[in-house]
Amino acid sequence: MKLKITSVLVVISLVVGTSSATADVIKVGFIGPISGKLAANGIAGRNSAELAVQIRNADSHTQHKYELVALDDECKPNIGVQVATKMAADKDIVATIGHFCSAVATGAVDIYHKFGLPIVVWGAIAPAITYGNDYGEVFRTIGTLTSQNETAIKFMESRGYKRVVMIHDTTAYGAGHQEAFATFAQTSGVDLVESIGVTADQQDFTAELTKVKSHNADVIYFGGLVDLGIRVRNQMDKVGVDAQFVGVSGIIADTFIEGAVNAEGSIAMRQGAPVEDMPGGPKYLKLYEEAQFDNPPEAYGIYAFTAMNVLLDAIEKAGSDREAIKDTLAGLPEKDYAIGPVRFDSSGQNTFSLITPVVVKDGKWVKVE
Amino acid sequence: MCESMRAFGGITMRVIMDFALFTQFIINGLMQGMVYALVAVGFTLFFGVLDIIKFSHGDVLTVGAFAGLTIYLIVASIGIASPWVILVLILVFSISVTALLGAVVAKFLVIPLKQARAPALNILLITLMLGTALREAVRLFFPDGSSSKAFPALLPGGAFELGMLSLRFDSILLFATGVAVIIAMHTLITRTKLGLAIQAVAQDEETSKLMGINFEAIVLMTFMLGSAVAAIAGIINGLYYNEINFTMGLLLGAVGFSAAIIGGLGNLYGAILGGFLFAGLQTFAVVVLPIPIAYKDVFAFGVIIILIAWRPTGLIAETSSERV
Repeated sequence: MKLKITSVLVVISLVVGTSSATADVIKVGFIGPISGKLAANGIAGRNSAELAVQIRNADSHTQHKYELVALDDECKPNIGVQVATKMAADKDIVATIGHFCSAVATGAVDIYHKFGLPIVVWGAIAPAITYGNDYGEVFRTIGTLTSQNETAIKFMESRGYKRVVMIHDTTAYGAGHQEAFATFAQTSGVDLVESIGVTADQQDFTAELTKVKSHNADVIYFGGLVDLGIRVRNQMDKVGVDAQFVGVSGIIADTFIEGAVNAEGSIAMRQGAPVEDMPGGPKYLKLYEEAQFDNPPEAYGIYAFTAMNVLLDAIEKAGSDREAIKDTLAGLPEKDYAIGPVRFDSSGQNTFSLITPVVVKDGKWVKVE
Repeated sequence: MCESMRAFGGITMRVIMDFALFTQFIINGLMQGMVYALVAVGFTLFFGVLDIIKFSHGDVLTVGAFAGLTIYLIVASIGIASPWVILVLILVFSISVTALLGAVVAKFLVIPLKQARAPALNILLITLMLGTALREAVRLFFPDGSSSKAFPALLPGGAFELGMLSLRFDSILLFATGVAVIIAMHTLITRTKLGLAIQAVAQDEETSKLMGINFEAIVLMTFMLGSAVAAIAGIINGLYYNEINFTMGLLLGAVGFSAAIIGGLGNLYGAILGGFLFAGLQTFAVVVLPIPIAYKDVFAFGVIIILIAWRPTGLIAETSSERV
């Protein structure tokens, strides 16, 4: 009997505790790879989301107080589904921004739809995340990888490159790039001689690259993430492949420059532009610096910052009801954010997308002149 | 006349090109095969002497490579520039670290379990878990250990170029080092007193003890030897690819283990044969088979499965007198 009374008391106190917490604070989520191979990007994203929340809370015009709940998807699809479920099942969380890795986001969108949790994807760029379903809960501020490949083709044409061999990983990310690139290549002056799919943790590429060598390619176009990119770039030298290395946005990280012996001259397609060249870039960098986070903002932190600001704008209008937030996001008028204008199409995809070719010069990723 | 001459010249060019390309594939395959063989030799040594399968072997290789990188970073920061001095320091340090690790594993995990007559499965399981622990430790304790790390190119650069063929001097040196290590190991086991003692333990543990052989010391030496070879394989791997990462030992361990089994677990020549066979299968899948390259490991492991079904004890079957 005594036990029963205590448990009833515990339940009452829990109920009281949570309801009093929801009354004044609205919880919003962040999901990204906070640990694991891509932790640098995930931490930068979390910090930037936190920054957006802090600024909003300090603003006297704000109607609510916000609290950020950050969860780690480790860039692993199975973990992504777990944390997405945890986030979506928490009734106190009204909406979230999420995911840097396409493979994770692709698997997790089903969960958000099932639980009716609005999500603004901040860093994952596989087209299928917004276009592969008709989930009204899913929005995305960053462009899709399709536009990267269109820019890549234009860039190669402008440089007079004719023969291209593509090496890509066989995940949704690499295969998505391959598909988009192959489609654009058909109607261009660029000849895609061969596409070689490789597993995402492969170590040796000497056999593949020797095959590439026999094609006399002008360009090796790489579709995958930074670790694989480092290996392909290094091993090109080993078998004496003398082609221009061009990668997708997934290789743009300082680790590429540190890891690849001859990173200098490598080209990649940046989603957006270098942060300082973006409309709200300098302001964002200044705010990030003032907040004194332990980790740098990296290339994609600004996207998490933007996604969170878009989400908070919607919540300011809609209040804390998930359904209302969803509808408000869908109908948001075009507005300028740190990365440029944002307006969602009927699939929840931002209609504006900017791609900039960048090159490694003197140990830094800079805009191609 | 002129036309036919030109056509003939074209064909000759083509043959030379194809030959060069073919040679390039062979060289790549040989380099990979050497690394596989060095890993397989370790597996076969542990099994030959102790009848145990040490699953953490691939991750010991990773530890060796990262130990080498660590000492390189230290040495480079105090300003020693001679690549040969650095190389020697890397080798000495990394071999010491893995040999010590091997000895600790033998002393505190393997020998106690052996003495308690634990099933072989338990030792396999314990080393499997140790491997995961080592791998995660490298990831967590090495600064930014999750990312790929550049491994310094310390060997002389330059290459011999012939059409499509690019034969790098550093690759030749690394291959020669691998051959030398295998020969040294073979000599050690067949020609020295220590080697004879290892062979004696491999053949009959009880009798060798009765003959006055210090069983524990021999087990420790075997583990140190096998782990030292893993360190060398790790350094060769790092110098060849100029890149190391915390998962590098995982696939190398699986391949090395398969190579040791297919060659005939417990047989030194079998391990070497198995290593080169596996690399040969991977290269064959890329060059000859009309399948997507991503399937090369599927093909290679598939053939290994068929070969094991055909020769369950390996290509070079073990007989008790041939152990190690």
